[in-house]
Amino acid sequence: MSAVTFDKVSRHFGAVRAVDGVDLDIAEGEFFAMLGPSGSGKTTCLRLIAGFERPTAGDIRIFGEPVADLPPYKRQVNTVFQDYALFPHLNVIDNVAYGLMIAGQGRKPRHKAADEALEMVRLGGYGARRPSELSGGQRQRVALARALVNKPRVLLLDEPLGALDLKLREQMQEELKTLQRQLGITFVFVTHDQGEALSMADRVAVFNEGRIIQVGAPEDIYFRPEVPFVADFVGSSNVLPAALVARLTGENCPAAIRPERLQLAEDGPVMARVTGLSFLGLTTRVSFEAEGTRLTALLPQDAPRPAQGDLVALTWAEGDLHLMRAGL
Amino acid sequence: MHSDRAPLTLKLAAAGGLLFLHLPILLIFVYAFTTEEKSFAWPPPGLTLKWFAVTWHRPDVWEALALSVRVAAISTVLALILGTLCAAAVSRTRFFGRETISLLVILPIALPGVVTGIALRSAFSLADVPFSTWTIVLGHATFCVVIVYNNAVARFRRTSGSLIEASMDLGANMFQTLRHVIMPNMATALVVGGMLAFALSFDEVIVTTFTAGQQQTLPIWMLEELVRPRERPVTNVVAMVVALVTMLPILGAYYLTRGTDQVAGQGK
Repeated sequence: MSAVTFDKVSRHFGAVRAVDGVDLDIAEGEFFAMLGPSGSGKTTCLRLIAGFERPTAGDIRIFGEPVADLPPYKRQVNTVFQDYALFPHLNVIDNVAYGLMIAGQGRKPRHKAADEALEMVRLGGYGARRPSELSGGQRQRVALARALVNKPRVLLLDEPLGALDLKLREQMQEELKTLQRQLGITFVFVTHDQGEALSMADRVAVFNEGRIIQVGAPEDIYFRPEVPFVADFVGSSNVLPAALVARLTGENCPAAIRPERLQLAEDGPVMARVTGLSFLGLTTRVSFEAEGTRLTALLPQDAPRPAQGDLVALTWAEGDLHLMRAGL
Repeated sequence: MHSDRAPLTLKLAAAGGLLFLHLPILLIFVYAFTTEEKSFAWPPPGLTLKWFAVTWHRPDVWEALALSVRVAAISTVLALILGTLCAAAVSRTRFFGRETISLLVILPIALPGVVTGIALRSAFSLADVPFSTWTIVLGHATFCVVIVYNNAVARFRRTSGSLIEASMDLGANMFQTLRHVIMPNMATALVVGGMLAFALSFDEVIVTTFTAGQQQTLPIWMLEELVRPRERPVTNVVAMVVALVTMLPILGAYYLTRGTDQVAGQGK
């Protein structure tokens, strides 16, 4: 059964089409990522599911039930907010138990449930503290516990790792994934970080200008982009313009090729001038300019390295050039 | 090198400034104990506590005090309700003319009291409203609302909007959110606003003069006493008591707001 479905959903703010005719189908138990640059409509989509926004047009269903007229407090979804939104006047345990208190649970059972939820996010014993006394990572866990304690059918996460430093972020990515598998709850996750989306999600929807450009498993998005935007934004792939591709293959459409698949050769289909080199440790990144197109290659450390200004030939294996017939 | 000690001239200037501000107030206090009742002679010929007893037994003092407290209390409650609602509307929603309304609400405090007073007085007589406690309350509410509004707007601005969304996301409807999230976060701001509004109303003279009719609030009563001297030190006793009583809420307001500098609902 689908956890969340969007049928031609739009949300316009005056002339701004924040979400523009989005179709979406999120399966139950799925870890679903919405990925896109800022202003692409992914957060608005999340807020449409939570109920903070009403669609201008279209139909939203949560577990088959139309939710257009349901306010946020009547939906079986909970949100982890980007700024965590912990209540500053309550201590940690009462923050976590807030949903249960509203639901009418007595003090004892709700504190017990909140304690268990805190235990689950490895914050047992922090109940008496104030949110202001916690670090960013700890607040994030409290926000997570506060949402999960209500046993939502869908958990919405709005850039939950955005405010954490790199190390903590990687650790939380692991934990979120484990937690999701344990609980079997549908997670819908908004992020602008392609690495995060690819490493955590079962499926990724790539947003741009209020529309979904491509939906698919991380491997599909990464290796088989359908349009140049996805190739560029998600994979940092090289995008070859249609004219160049037409000359190389005879097909008039843009194509993508991954930087690690470009090789230097004595002779090859494309001649390019080296415009920059940067040492990355495991690899060296080389920038080229070829017939007006910027290209990037990642060369292994043991490969011969060109010098700046050299004119070199580039080649690749047959299957590495990915044609994007859908997008111009 | 920067010196931490202020130069002597600066110290003298500061001391002079403070004396200029506070000496007259001390004089008022001293005259509450003088034995001379017709005029304020310096130095006081003798000291006595009898004016406290005399004041206690003067019904006109009690009447004026009761009226002042009643007016201040009602204006404060009115201001709390209207000011908070207005602040919520202005800071939580966007609508046509929002900035204009925000300016219009603050305007009465910038307007000279005389103008407010005359405007209200002519409005009352045009509408055939007889002068009463309620006309005074209306006059005072015009500036009390501003005080509460300013405090509430500042707090709303510092309270993260996602707190309300979080509450509703966790199953709370509007009223539950109001009770469990908005009110606890607003409480100190409202207490402070209320205290300041009360103190402002309590010693207001100008607007009251125009809207009071025959009734006397405490400040108006004092003014009358100075013009028609009878047991003059009674005025000083009242002044002293009023000064002490109004200082308490203002000090209280100061201490309450001091601790709330960190942003309520700040996420990170």
